[in-house]
Amino acid sequence: MRLRDVVAVRAQTAGPAEAVAVDRDESFRTLARQQLPRLVAIARRLVGDDAEDMVQECLLKAFQRFTQLRDDEAGPGWLTSILVNCCRDLMRAGARHPDEIDYDDLESFSLFRHIAYEDPYPYSDSLHLDFLAEFEAEDVRAVVMRLPLIYRVPLVLVYMEGFLAREVAEMLDVPVGTVLSRLHRGRKLFERQMWEYAEEFGLLLREEAP
Amino acid sequence: MIGCTEAVRRLWEYLDDTVDLDERALVEEHLARCSTCCGELEFATELRRMLAERSPDDLSDEIARRLNRTIEELGT
Repeated sequence: MRLRDVVAVRAQTAGPAEAVAVDRDESFRTLARQQLPRLVAIARRLVGDDAEDMVQECLLKAFQRFTQLRDDEAGPGWLTSILVNCCRDLMRAGARHPDEIDYDDLESFSLFRHIAYEDPYPYSDSLHLDFLAEFEAEDVRAVVMRLPLIYRVPLVLVYMEGFLAREVAEMLDVPVGTVLSRLHRGRKLFERQMWEYAEEFGLLLREEAP
Repeated sequence: MIGCTEAVRRLWEYLDDTVDLDERALVEEHLARCSTCCGELEFATELRRMLAERSPDDLSDEIARRLNRTIEELGT
């Protein structure tokens, strides 16, 4: 049942003024219940252990602003946008400040070439895919969590959630060129962090062939 | 004509389909004659797939219960 159908059904059972308020609240709850797993999944990728708090804050803010939503079908994107904005305070206070990153060094980094150069599995015929095969989904999530939020947010929204760069730009209220540039740096950082994570967690260690 | 450095710089944008037609043609022309960059394209495709993958345990029962209670209490 679509949200406006819920509104129509409920409106028949109450007085006009109360009906509008009650049905608006119920429409919001229907949308929120439907979208809850997705919101938590996004929040976990954006802010890790703070996910529940961010979703909670998102639900409260969205409920207060629900009258601003004109189109039912825009509901999921609208909620995501509010969630992202709830995470922005954390983005500003990110644990690792982007200024600490050497961007010249980063620009020239290629994980593919680095693996070929370091040759971590000398007896492998498919070195690069063997490297990636060492990573479970949880490892990849841990690598993403190492990125500063300013880069993590567009990476998560575009590659995990399928939003367009233009839509992310609207959510963050920045030009689309800024999102594309953050995506570019975010991908480079992700590649470098994949290598560092593999080194730190022993994914490069393997028994040598006899 | 572009070299490996330029081609590699555009590979993800190429996969994302955010390069313009001229740049797409340049990347494809380079890929047609460079097996190393074809390997890098295959690698980037797999890396991108891994990045998009979801882990199954995103919403625990406990968190779902607490957040659903928040939803039910809104406006009451």
